[in-house]
Amino acid sequence: MTVRVMIPTPLRVYAGKRDSAEFRAGTVGEALAQLTGEFDDLRRHLFTDEGTLRSFVNVYVNGEDIRYLSKEETPTKDGDTISIIPSIAGGSCC
Amino acid sequence: MASKVQTVTRAEAATTLTNEEILRYSRHLIMPEVGMDGQLKLKNAKVLLIGTGGLGAPLGLYLAAAGVGKLGLVDFDVVDFTNLQRQVTFGTSDVGKPKSQAAQARLSNLNPNIQVQAFETKLTSENALELFKDFDIIVDGTDNFPTRYLVNDACILLGKPNVYGSIFRFEGQVTVFGTPGGPCYRCLYPEPPPPGLVPSCAEGGVLGVLPGIVGSIQAMETIKLILGSGDSLAERLLLFDALGMKFREFKLRKNPACPICGDKRTIHKLIDYYEFCGVRGEEAPAPDLHVPEITPREFKARLDRGDELFVLDVREPHEYQICNLRGHLIPLGELPRRVHELDSSREIVTHCRSGKRSAEAVDFLRKAGFRKILNLKGGILAWSDEVDSSVPKY
Repeated sequence: MTVRVMIPTPLRVYAGKRDSAEFRAGTVGEALAQLTGEFDDLRRHLFTDEGTLRSFVNVYVNGEDIRYLSKEETPTKDGDTISIIPSIAGGSCC
Repeated sequence: MASKVQTVTRAEAATTLTNEEILRYSRHLIMPEVGMDGQLKLKNAKVLLIGTGGLGAPLGLYLAAAGVGKLGLVDFDVVDFTNLQRQVTFGTSDVGKPKSQAAQARLSNLNPNIQVQAFETKLTSENALELFKDFDIIVDGTDNFPTRYLVNDACILLGKPNVYGSIFRFEGQVTVFGTPGGPCYRCLYPEPPPPGLVPSCAEGGVLGVLPGIVGSIQAMETIKLILGSGDSLAERLLLFDALGMKFREFKLRKNPACPICGDKRTIHKLIDYYEFCGVRGEEAPAPDLHVPEITPREFKARLDRGDELFVLDVREPHEYQICNLRGHLIPLGELPRRVHELDSSREIVTHCRSGKRSAEAVDFLRKAGFRKILNLKGGILAWSDEVDSSVPKY
């Protein structure tokens, strides 16, 4: 299953400035593991030291929040898009 | 799904428009979707803008132009020269003036029929509920996590919708929180990032027109709420990528376990949001790294003495083009991969724009075994202030 992971602007600096990457993965967890495997600097921004997804980072599969699906066990199929949406705060001073 | 907002009571409501207003708003009035009824709803609406900066600029301008009857502007800051790249409410002659007052003057000139009230104050847990209670809709145009959580909680406690917008460089987010049955900010992000983990505002930069677009979308959503028209962004997160010119949409769900808007509320009053966000004190500095430093004057003295110092610049190539101290450029993000370019037997002075990134570089290099390494305190900005004013500040 080839899925596309969209990398958000604030994290692109840790992913070689890429805005997306494709992986063969059967679940969201597998795709994120491959992402942080390829871009090690991304790991601490997405996961805690204990390996859980950080609470200010949301992950969606095709527009649905994985917290309301099967979290990292959410299955993925060919052509799915996984989006990482971190919390951003700029508005007045950025 | 159109979300409606309860505005003023029937006894207080304006029921007519003057001939001047009818002419001014004629392009609204000739649309059946707005008409006289809709324009009167706008006239009777009261909207509070938190922040009059990048997002607040298009918000204020378009809500004033549309005839929103009362606009409140909350901002404690003064107009800075670097604001003019995107905060289009202000002109060069406004530099140094309180933003809320300069914006009030601009919006009142744009539309003298509306009431524009400036609140030159910092929004805090002590004043938020009192400030919000007289308004129907709150629009979040702030620039930091503690205030965003404060705005959210105050809106939920008072039962008012919160039109949310945020930006970073060339990406923006917009949604409407706090509608009946809809999610709130805590449903989307239960916790903020700890300080220092997300690239900071000053280093992020922003395409000036980006908040113009995102703020205009917020203005549109505010007007739709007032009119009760169209499909609100409530329960949807709109993500805008300006460089790719792509809009994407994500479903937002109410979290049944949300501590403030969920089934069992545990937050009943406003809290200390700086503590919640892991920040100490009034402002939100990143945690200080205790690294060895050298001031610009000390650095200059040593260079003049002929000391053999290796200058490492950890900024980005486009910053090097603006101005530089002829240092060896290794952007901070590339340092782990390019550390072999540095000779640990040499004394190294590391700098960036303000001293923050270079402090991280010195910390990294010390952990990698470098012993003769110093951070230029205050960066190239301090160098310009204290040693050589011909070096431009940016």
